[in-house]
Amino acid sequence: MEPLSIEGTAKTPSVRFDAEKGILEIKGRSIPENSIEFYKPLVDWLDAYKGSTAGKTEVNVQLEYFNTSSSKCILDVFKKLENIHKSKAEVMVNWFYEEDDEDMLEAGEDYESIIHVPFKMIEIVD
Amino acid sequence: MSFNVDEFFNKLNTGNVILSYKGSITTEVINGSLEEIEAKLDEIGESSKIKKKIYNVLVESLQNLYHHVDDMPDDVSTQLVNKFGILVISCDDNNKYRISCGNFISSEKIKYLKDKIDKINSLSQNELKDMYKFILNHQKLSAKGGGGLGLVDIARKTGHKMEYSFMNHNNDYYFFNLDIFVS
Repeated sequence: MEPLSIEGTAKTPSVRFDAEKGILEIKGRSIPENSIEFYKPLVDWLDAYKGSTAGKTEVNVQLEYFNTSSSKCILDVFKKLENIHKSKAEVMVNWFYEEDDEDMLEAGEDYESIIHVPFKMIEIVD
Repeated sequence: MSFNVDEFFNKLNTGNVILSYKGSITTEVINGSLEEIEAKLDEIGESSKIKKKIYNVLVESLQNLYHHVDDMPDDVSTQLVNKFGILVISCDDNNKYRISCGNFISSEKIKYLKDKIDKINSLSQNELKDMYKFILNHQKLSAKGGGGLGLVDIARKTGHKMEYSFMNHNNDYYFFNLDIFVS
């Protein structure tokens, strides 16, 4: 399966989804006016990934900012992952947040409480 | 006397103003404002915590404007650009930031907005968290990409009550101003 690779911009995160390694990364800022367009390829890729995955999947989410429009799309991504976790193979989410960024930690905890996938909260210390 | 947007805008532009804009709310304006506020807050040496809160609030309030600005009444639209909105960020002596944003709305939206803000203002942090999670998990994104979460998110992140006013322009149109506080 082809990896998904999207370069980051000032308003959209960088994306590296590697099926072979089972490592998915979303990093940067996610604040587009309309996030559906941006997240569609990610959700589509995960649909295809579900059919091909065998081993464990590690998901690294390291967002500096995300807007409420993105928050729903990120939930959609997590729901796809939850589905893989339930029916196929183990998924683990590493949720990174900057030191003192309680809002970002809380955002991770919100997802953790909605999605039935193990989350690990990781503080980035400079 | 009907509402005068220039007078109102000038009144907001007193004290220590950090960012001020009046005009069409476009993607370019949003991008430029976000860049500018980051640079300004860095220059002031504001803490990363406050910087992030202001940045987040600014993203949500500008995108609220972007998604919800109504068509102008004819007598206003002859003087103003499309998608007209205002934004003023200022800071008082106690280091409390005020983010004011405003746009024209038709009168039928007043009740919805008023009820929504009053409701959000009445909730505790825990209740806001529950409301946020409920909307996140149960409400679909609109075609425009709005999720009905913006104001709840703002209230959660700022921890301050929002203040609002509706100023009559003519029978059917009002100017809606929202003040958001960060400290």
